[in-house]
Amino acid sequence: MQLKYEPIIGLEVHAELLTKSKMFCGCEVVDSITAKPNHYICPVCTGQPGALPVLNKKAVELAVCVGLALDCKIHTESIFARKNYFYPDLPKGYQISQYDQPLAIDGKIQIETEAGIKEVRIRRVHLEEDTGKLSHADGHSFIDYNRSGVPLLEIVTEPDLRSSEEAKAYATKLHAILRYLDVNSGDMEKGVIRFEANVSVREAGSEGLNTRTEIKNLNSFRALVQGADYEIKRQTEIYSRGGIIEQETLGFNEATGKTYSQRGKESAHDYRYFPEPDLPPLVLDSDWIESIRASLPELPEAKTKRFIADFGLTPSEARFLTAELSLADYFERVLAKSKSPAKTVHSWIAGEFMRYVNDSGISIEDITLSPESFAKLIDMTADKVISGNSAKVVFNEMVKNGSNPEQIVQEKGLAQVSDESFIQDAVMKVLNDNPSEVEKYLAGKDTLLQWFMGRVARATKGKADPNVAKELLVKALEERRK
Amino acid sequence: MDLHELSIQQAHELLSSRKVSSEELTRAYLERIRRLDPQIKSYVTVSEELALKQAKEADQRIKTGEGLTPLTGIPYSAKDSISTRGINTTCSSKILENYKPFYDATAIKKLNSSNSVLLGKNNMDEFGMGSSTENSGFFTTRNPWNFDYVPGGSSGGSAAAVAAGLTPFSLGEDTGGSVRMPASFCGVTGLKTTYGRVSRYGLIPLVSSFDTIGPMARSVYDVALVLETIAGHDAKDSTSRLEPVENYSEILKTTENLRGLRIGIPKEYFVEGLDSAVDFSVRDAIKHIESLGAEVIEVSLPHTQYAIPVYYLILFAEASSNLAKYDGIRFGLSERSVESLMDVYLKTRETGFGAETKRRIMLGTFALSAGYYDAYYLKAQKVRTLIRQDFQKAFETCDALITPVAPATAFRIGEKITNPLDMYLSDVFVVAVNLAGIPALSVPCGISNGLPIGMQIMGPHLSEETLLRIGHLYQSQTDWHTKHPPL
Repeated sequence: MQLKYEPIIGLEVHAELLTKSKMFCGCEVVDSITAKPNHYICPVCTGQPGALPVLNKKAVELAVCVGLALDCKIHTESIFARKNYFYPDLPKGYQISQYDQPLAIDGKIQIETEAGIKEVRIRRVHLEEDTGKLSHADGHSFIDYNRSGVPLLEIVTEPDLRSSEEAKAYATKLHAILRYLDVNSGDMEKGVIRFEANVSVREAGSEGLNTRTEIKNLNSFRALVQGADYEIKRQTEIYSRGGIIEQETLGFNEATGKTYSQRGKESAHDYRYFPEPDLPPLVLDSDWIESIRASLPELPEAKTKRFIADFGLTPSEARFLTAELSLADYFERVLAKSKSPAKTVHSWIAGEFMRYVNDSGISIEDITLSPESFAKLIDMTADKVISGNSAKVVFNEMVKNGSNPEQIVQEKGLAQVSDESFIQDAVMKVLNDNPSEVEKYLAGKDTLLQWFMGRVARATKGKADPNVAKELLVKALEERRK
Repeated sequence: MDLHELSIQQAHELLSSRKVSSEELTRAYLERIRRLDPQIKSYVTVSEELALKQAKEADQRIKTGEGLTPLTGIPYSAKDSISTRGINTTCSSKILENYKPFYDATAIKKLNSSNSVLLGKNNMDEFGMGSSTENSGFFTTRNPWNFDYVPGGSSGGSAAAVAAGLTPFSLGEDTGGSVRMPASFCGVTGLKTTYGRVSRYGLIPLVSSFDTIGPMARSVYDVALVLETIAGHDAKDSTSRLEPVENYSEILKTTENLRGLRIGIPKEYFVEGLDSAVDFSVRDAIKHIESLGAEVIEVSLPHTQYAIPVYYLILFAEASSNLAKYDGIRFGLSERSVESLMDVYLKTRETGFGAETKRRIMLGTFALSAGYYDAYYLKAQKVRTLIRQDFQKAFETCDALITPVAPATAFRIGEKITNPLDMYLSDVFVVAVNLAGIPALSVPCGISNGLPIGMQIMGPHLSEETLLRIGHLYQSQTDWHTKHPPL
């Protein structure tokens, strides 16, 4: 009998916090790709002897925001610890992180899975500093310390995820929440969010956890899914053959989609954590925490509920719109300007608008199409000023040139015509030009009606009101039957 | 009187009345260093060019008469673990042999804003690990009172330089007696400040939770003048204290007696093994202080016996982490003619660190390892709390405690270097103070066989004013601090 295996996944997410200055010094946080290397550094973030860290209060505030948004318990006293290891991108020979008493623990996130809503438990949220960036070329290695000391938030789940899809759903949701809170830029390609997956598999239905492996450097949703899938398959095959899994740290190769061993258990790092003596315990005032809680923005769950309750959207329509803050905001701005119902606005956003966003690769924040113009277009279509087909033409023109829809309709002569005599002329011409199709229709091939509709639309350059056209077509065809 | 014998206060009077210039004073010291230091070896670096430049600037300021402080134009030196911009700061380690910081420590910045004059940097045990300067990566400093003897450590270069008249004062650094012990061995006055009273920014750390910068000079009054200049909160040091700094020297001027003060004598510090001359001198000094109006009582610090193991355990652990940055990547020594990154680390650290430093890195790495943390580091921290509580309890009944600084006078060069444990035990009276984070003053109180003896006056957190008052009144009636080594 073939045994079924169930994956068990826990995720560690590292997210850079959107502060102006670094975690422990006054250096500016800059774009790690475009900024001139090693220009935003000082004695502190390059680990010069004698330099000392001073905690950035804004980083703590943003971290508390995330902790609260994830429904965590915030520790009013947390402790920074040194995580000791050698690497050239780590200037002090240790990373200031948190260990025994992290900033926040015991939170949760709701994700949507095929089986419905699922709750993923958050084990801990803690603050730490980012490392420098290494690059290699021409047989040399280069270190850029611009990123060294940028505040990082580490968010760790319990091993609650049961597939790579769930892992992705979790990662996507967390990404959305960080954007909602405006604590992270969300630019995955710039490495501002990075994943590590702890993966094990076990016989379906069994309790307890098997040996896990840890996959590092998963820097996109795609890499996360691929890496987890590859590892699930590898472990399943090994168990199926009667083998055993070694505890190890794996890297992930984006090009091949495969994981590879970085370190085995015997060479695992002993980080020798101990409390950071250069920083006193981080003591937070509970009133301050409450004031942050009070100022939290509306989060995806709440927004979804509101969209369902206030706008009459279905849960899946609402969730589609709230998956990204920028999309939800755009939707609401269009809706506010439009006379049309929310469902109509939703179908425009989910249809033409998203098609354009996906095809153009422009992010929603950068779209120039004003919500006012978009709303007007939607309303013009609903009012039958233009046909649906014309509306798509106008939409494409609007996103390209930014002009308003009325002007485009006028310039292109796209106004819909309901004038019966104009349409009647077109109908008669279509029927006269296609006697054999008329014959087939009259012989019982009803589906040809749609074909005639298309011909009429073409003859009127899409301006004919389709309802009027259909009425006149049926009438003319019936007359020929007589 | 020779220029090098002037107290800071005397020199300040001559400078501000323009009877002598800072440049003259500075040249006198540089000349004396040139003459005597080849034998004493108290300086690792003499920053002559900078000193003359700073002296001329000081003279300019004196000429305008604006914003003069008691330290304007006064030369000084600093332990080589205190960062000085553009001037070698080596911690007496080969691994930092040519390291020039690109920033000044906060304490140095404060002296710069007084227009004090940096003569150079003083030798020490490598990264502060030692009690004799024999662990310096470069050379051993000699005790100016007898060249066959150590000056104490780790701020041995600072103490020797002050004692030999090679600087009016020096910034020392005390992690576990490193200011007090050499001050006692060399017959100078040294203050271990309250943890956090002087910013550690720019002080190359040995043990971040114990390290303190403190002045070493020829009198308590001079120490007070330096302390009020360098102390204070620093936004760059999260462990620095917020309390305002007192005007210590003014307070000293108006102190006439010690009435109302109660001095505790911890019985655990006067035990078998204490050198009889030290015992006699310190008890004599206590009698003197009693005669100034203070009440003297016996107290107990029952956990004293654990201070040495607890101190060294925490030291090893923190030091192993603090020394990780010397990896040959960004500054200091870097062994590059090797095959791999791991070899850069291994070779650089093998060549750059001395034996004692390596020993302590290994012990600390072990103590912090998974599975051993609770048994060593955590337990040490718990006992540290008990030691701290000993002091708290003692200070409920008295204002200060007086003990010897060291169980004996300076030992011979080479006498203890082969026995690290014996060397560690010479710190027995001084390390508890660092565990508790309290201040302590080392004051000369006798001479035995031509070598100085010091007493230690300890007080609660931020009680520097009390300690300085006791020391100052004692010195105003005795002359131990005015005695010079026969050079």
